[in-house]
Amino acid sequence: MSQEISERAQRAKAKKALLGEDVDIERYTTETNEYGPLTSLGEISKEYEQDLLNAGIEPTEKERSGSFLQRDRSVIFSRVKYPGLELMSTTEAIKKYDWLKDYLWKLIPVDMDKYTAEVELAPSHGYFIRAEAGSKVTMPVQSCLFITSEKIRQNVHNIAIAEENSELHIITGCSVSHTVNSALHLGISEFYVKKGAKITFTMVHNWSGGMEVRPRSAVAIEDDGVFISNYILVTPVKSLQMFPTMYCRGRNARATSQSIVYALDNARIDLGSRAVLQGEGSRAEIISRVIATDNAKVIARGDLIGAAKHVKGHLECRGLMLSDTAEVESIPELKATRRDLDLSHEAAVGKIAEEEIQYLMSRGLSEEEATSVIIRGFLNVDITGLPDALANETKRMFDMSLKKVM
Amino acid sequence: MAPAGCKILDIKDLTVEVEGKEIITDLNLCIERGEVHVLFGPNGCGKTTLLMTILGFPAYKVKKGRILFKDVDITDLPTNERVKQGMGMSFQHPPEIRGVKLGDMVNIAMGRKEGKIDERVVELGKMLNIPVEFLNRDVNLGFSGGEVKRSEILQLLAQTPDFLMFDEPDSGVDVENIELIGDLMNELLGREKIPSKRERSGLIITHSGFIMRYIKPDRAHVMLNGRIACSGIPDEVARHIIEEGFERCVKVCGEKVCAE
Ligand SMILES: Nc1ncnc2c1ncn2[C@@H]1O[C@H](COP(=O)(O)OP(=O)(O)OP(=O)(O)O)[C@@H](O)[C@H]1O
Ligand SMILES: [Mg+2]
Repeated sequence: MSQEISERAQRAKAKKALLGEDVDIERYTTETNEYGPLTSLGEISKEYEQDLLNAGIEPTEKERSGSFLQRDRSVIFSRVKYPGLELMSTTEAIKKYDWLKDYLWKLIPVDMDKYTAEVELAPSHGYFIRAEAGSKVTMPVQSCLFITSEKIRQNVHNIAIAEENSELHIITGCSVSHTVNSALHLGISEFYVKKGAKITFTMVHNWSGGMEVRPRSAVAIEDDGVFISNYILVTPVKSLQMFPTMYCRGRNARATSQSIVYALDNARIDLGSRAVLQGEGSRAEIISRVIATDNAKVIARGDLIGAAKHVKGHLECRGLMLSDTAEVESIPELKATRRDLDLSHEAAVGKIAEEEIQYLMSRGLSEEEATSVIIRGFLNVDITGLPDALANETKRMFDMSLKKVM
Repeated sequence: MAPAGCKILDIKDLTVEVEGKEIITDLNLCIERGEVHVLFGPNGCGKTTLLMTILGFPAYKVKKGRILFKDVDITDLPTNERVKQGMGMSFQHPPEIRGVKLGDMVNIAMGRKEGKIDERVVELGKMLNIPVEFLNRDVNLGFSGGEVKRSEILQLLAQTPDFLMFDEPDSGVDVENIELIGDLMNELLGREKIPSKRERSGLIITHSGFIMRYIKPDRAHVMLNGRIACSGIPDEVARHIIEEGFERCVKVCGEKVCAE
């Protein structure tokens, strides 16, 4: 790593983030067991199988073009089954490709805050995924970042590159074992969608009540590139803050972000999506659905910045309150720097409408059944742009996550 | 006259409040099994309120009186319990529910807990000229007035209750679709059978009376200020209302019919 980058990281070691409560990184350790490699994902101990399934990971590797598993701070599995696709740990990729330095810390400043600095100074791998130019990897690659030890720091740096006219579908599950009470996950993700390429990124967070989580993500999309992100969080978490940015740099670049959050217990969640429309005719759509219950507090952010001709952006944030002690704050922001563009937002927060429950009851459902149908409906955003099989798969993941909630 | 005890619905001295305001006062209404009644009345007189109260929506507070359904007192039952006993309603202004498709509603009405939009659902949709794309739309979200009516009838078709309430099934529906709706209502109510064999009963709210070209009700009521002001033979009542207005009709038929 370059001298200059680590120096900048050093200087940012104590720099608090702009958003989210401050996490005491020192409470968590970088000293952990190292784990040896597996020869297949199925070898993971039975004890952990459900934790992986809950994060959308398919232990049989069926219908996956590749699989990657990192346990704590060790990469224990990485296999590609598809030509034109590369998959390895970021550490390995850095050794292998000198050019990777042009992709590391290029979308996210290393000195953005103490979390980015920490990942630079005490890295523990992460995944590198690359689709070669022109290769359409229609089957998804799955990667899982799994925490199995108490009080650890998992500091990953992920890179995904879809070269020109390629197609890449990524399913990422970040999961913590049911045996772990508390841990810290820091994840840097820098994604590159080159000309005419497409990345779909479906991320399931499967945390628990003692987890502190600070992902930092950014995507750059070139001419005619497409990026679609689906994010699901329906488990407890102690504290999570993230505000990924999609840079639509090229002409007609397209970005879509859909988030589904079911916040419960004492979760503190500050979650947003930002799109910067810099390429002429580029478009972005940011949709979020937030349900808050128990004592959960959620800030749902959305930010659209229009800075080029004929760009179009839409923000939609809906919140549903299931308890009087929960809190949802919706903060949509629009910023336009010229006149020939179109940015809009809608935001609504409320409780379940009594008349909707009554309507369903008039078709024979009990009050509880009616409530659960409405909640499922609320979280049911249409997933567009995915290949059929993956759309069904994503739908199945949503359904599975929701079943856990109901 | 049908013998006593075959009443499907018997409302006695019903007084109803909405948001603290009395809307229905000392109302009596009785429907025999196999009969279809039609309810007229000016805007705001309380027709929808009456149907919602029969269905048991909690915003409609029964202050006085009882509602008997199939000889059982249902005044305090929740809506879904009443529905289980066999009543169903086509709403005038049903709510939109995001993420819940019309096809889902059809499945729910059929009593399926979790269902796909399968052949059976598509088949029912066809009966109402409702294509698959439409079954995949969020229920009532952006539906036109006429589409709402057809979607409501579709749900009733899936539900097949034996006491059916229709709140203005003919308002805002074009000529072709009104015929379709009329035919299906006849079918749902088993009107093709001879009167003594009819099992299903209904209560229909209509302003125009258009629907009466397709379905011949047994009795008509006129509601004024939260009361049944008069009752009579449907065609006659409709004619009086159209020719002379509600007040005058009540006066005329009050002398002829309600005195009986
Ligand atoms: N939720 C409510 N809050 C306040 N007032 C209500 C509510 N629901 C009904 N009302 C009032 O009760 C009265 C009767 O309303 P209802 O809907 O029963 O009339 P209607 O006879 O069905 O009229 P229309 O022919 O226009 O459908 C009206 O004055 C209406 O404004
Ligand atoms: Mg009405």
